[in-house]
Amino acid sequence: MAEPMRIRASMVGGAADVKCLMNHPMENGLRKDAKTGQMVPAHHIITVTATLGGRQVLDAQWGGGLSKNPYLHFRVAGAKSGDTVSVTWVDNTGAKRTDEAKVG
Amino acid sequence: MNNLRRNVLKGAGATTVVSVAVMAGLLKPGMALANWNKAGFEAKDLNAALASIGGGGAVASGDVSVKAPDIAENGAVVPVEISSRIAGTESIGIVAEKNALPLIADFKLMNGAEGFVSTRIKMGSTSNVTAIVKAGGKVYRASKEVKVTIGGCGG
Repeated sequence: MAEPMRIRASMVGGAADVKCLMNHPMENGLRKDAKTGQMVPAHHIITVTATLGGRQVLDAQWGGGLSKNPYLHFRVAGAKSGDTVSVTWVDNTGAKRTDEAKVG
Repeated sequence: MNNLRRNVLKGAGATTVVSVAVMAGLLKPGMALANWNKAGFEAKDLNAALASIGGGGAVASGDVSVKAPDIAENGAVVPVEISSRIAGTESIGIVAEKNALPLIADFKLMNGAEGFVSTRIKMGSTSNVTAIVKAGGKVYRASKEVKVTIGGCGG
């Protein structure tokens, strides 16, 4: 159900430079629906993990304070061109999505 | 154009299915939350939010920088970049001090991940964006004020 992420990874000065764009509404539970006047229930990513070449490099916890369709950019030293970077998110409804890219 | 319309409609449909499932109790909102810092992310009080990520006694550091716009026209999308030049940076937390829910994110970095994280956050009003950096058992902080013209937190 969840739409794929876009991940781009490239070598910059000896480190892998990883940028990803996720598809998620990131509702923080504080917003009212303009039409119905009802509160929109919280629906946001709560954890993001990333591995590079099979080793875990990132373990993040998120609240609803990140922007809709969140953007994440991080760097990992000791990587090489051709390594696989894999990013997984899980949201507060239990939905999850994993996508991979090769370091270019 | 038409394809885009289809996708938008499909997207809206999918979201509705999820909310209906949540309401019907098929999906329990708590079920994926095992390790999630619920108290911190739901804290409305800045000090409680900071304490939940161990940032209560953080020391200001010039080696941590918070890059964000001076003025954000749209509080729904505020680019924030945190970099830490402290060796052995283990985690980076992001807090928007005056948001209804101040704690935004907490990134644990390992196995070569550098002290750098860049993302986009929502801000309800003009406020400091504070980074909490942990390295070698010590906790550091740095802040940058962002003036928000139109808040982006709803409500």
